[in-house]
Amino acid sequence: MPNQNIILCDVCQSRDAEVFLTQIVEGKMQKVNLCKECSKDRGVEDPTGFALTELLAGLGTSTETEKPAPAQPAPAAGGTVSGPSMALTTTSATKCPVCGFSQADFKKTGRLGCSTCYQTFSESLGSLLKAMHKGTAHTGKMPANMARRREIAERLRGMQEELKKAVESENYENAASLRDQIRKLANQMEG
Amino acid sequence: MKFSGLIANPGEWMRADGPHHDIVISSRVRLARNLSDLSFPGWAKKPERIAILEQLKPQVEALPEMDDAFSEYLQDLSALEKQVLVERHLISREHAAKGMGSAVVMNRQQTLSIMINEEDHLRMQAIRCGFQLKNAYKLINKVDNALENTLEFAYNPQLGYLTACPTNVGTGMRASAMLHLPALVLDENINKVIQAVNKIGLAVRGLYGEGTEAMGNLFQVSNQTTLGEKEEDIINRLGKVIEQIIEHERTARENLLQKKRTVLIDQVGRAYGILSHAYSMNSKEALNFLSFVRLGVDLGFFPADFRLPADELFIETQPAHLQKSSQQKLSAEERDALRAEIVRAKLRHFPAPDFEKVAGGKPEQDDTAQ
Repeated sequence: MPNQNIILCDVCQSRDAEVFLTQIVEGKMQKVNLCKECSKDRGVEDPTGFALTELLAGLGTSTETEKPAPAQPAPAAGGTVSGPSMALTTTSATKCPVCGFSQADFKKTGRLGCSTCYQTFSESLGSLLKAMHKGTAHTGKMPANMARRREIAERLRGMQEELKKAVESENYENAASLRDQIRKLANQMEG
Repeated sequence: MKFSGLIANPGEWMRADGPHHDIVISSRVRLARNLSDLSFPGWAKKPERIAILEQLKPQVEALPEMDDAFSEYLQDLSALEKQVLVERHLISREHAAKGMGSAVVMNRQQTLSIMINEEDHLRMQAIRCGFQLKNAYKLINKVDNALENTLEFAYNPQLGYLTACPTNVGTGMRASAMLHLPALVLDENINKVIQAVNKIGLAVRGLYGEGTEAMGNLFQVSNQTTLGEKEEDIINRLGKVIEQIIEHERTARENLLQKKRTVLIDQVGRAYGILSHAYSMNSKEALNFLSFVRLGVDLGFFPADFRLPADELFIETQPAHLQKSSQQKLSAEERDALRAEIVRAKLRHFPAPDFEKVAGGKPEQDDTAQ
């Protein structure tokens, strides 16, 4: 094996890594290996002053060469803790179609523009949310009207299946009744 | 309701009451909610922000819980009034900085406070005295359900409730308890506790939340993450950790009584002496000494009916509350003098601490315990 303990830089994938960083965020260990040049490029001089997630979020996407976003104003007093810092990596030209928010705006504020931004920037938000939270999928409360709508949608799907079968088996009486029921349910969903 | 009417009474959480109130001052749960497809307050242009506010405010005021509420636009509150609300934990420091386009609605008992156009369109919090996280959640969840009937909140099946800051996405919930931990500070085990709590994904913060200093041995413990865990699970996990911290604090108190009695009674005695005789005192100093008087009440060195007046001083000596009690604008020095005066006046009714009453390290005193 030609692997003589040479580790390549995670950023440029060409030079040998000379800077090895390990950070533990909420018990999850993250490692980044960097060559001298890339570590300098990314401003890795004080390993305590940035989050690895910030670095990792910038890997493998676009040709963005900007430095990671400055960390959020860090709460420090009294032995407090701050979450990982944030950086979006969608190309800077992407703008939210609903509110016009861009990646540069996120870098400035650390906040998003509107709820649709979560779709607009979903690709880059994914890794950020993963680093920030316990999981990647919501398992908690759901708005009641949404839960109701979802239940109706499921029932509709089942009935449409039945309708198809009824038509195929030429059971037209049953099909007509199913069609009426489906109409009724669909109306409920609108209301 | 007018502002003066609201603050004439202490909030429910300031009543030195509730389960484990000797260690848990208050329990809070807040939910962040936004309207679908409208710009978040920090990004919305002023007319849009005002339109959102005008849509939300009447709905919030119409809640049955908000019968006889205090409801005000932020631009109609003075800087001092806003600061008083911050000191009572009824609005955030961030919200106090807002003007046109934001509002706050809260009930008379001050258990429920809803900020409109803070960082999110709605920041709704329930605050209860003592260790009552579940009750606080029950209250705020009920309000959330009621509002959901008429408002369409930004929600995505994968990510849950969508918030301006990605750190709040999912449940949009932050649950926290304010803990008084003088013995853990005194026996220098507090950092171990903070580290252990941080390691399991919970945050420990100072008196006024993120980025604030821990004064008066008061610490806020809260969940750090909001995505991937059910509301009830977050609250249960947080609750279990808080129970453990309560146990640690009780053990530390017992240890101090048994093994470092002199250190302990010296702190309580000095705090009482300085508070009773000082003529100028800044708020940090006051909080730190009041903390040891409170501990003295917990340990039986002072009569139990001094708990409420001692706890009231925690709030009354805060800068904005002091200024509010005075007719003219006070300089910092005048404030320190007034603070010392208020504390002296109240402590005049406190007897000196009776350290003989509570058994300590000496075995011959053991039979007099409690």
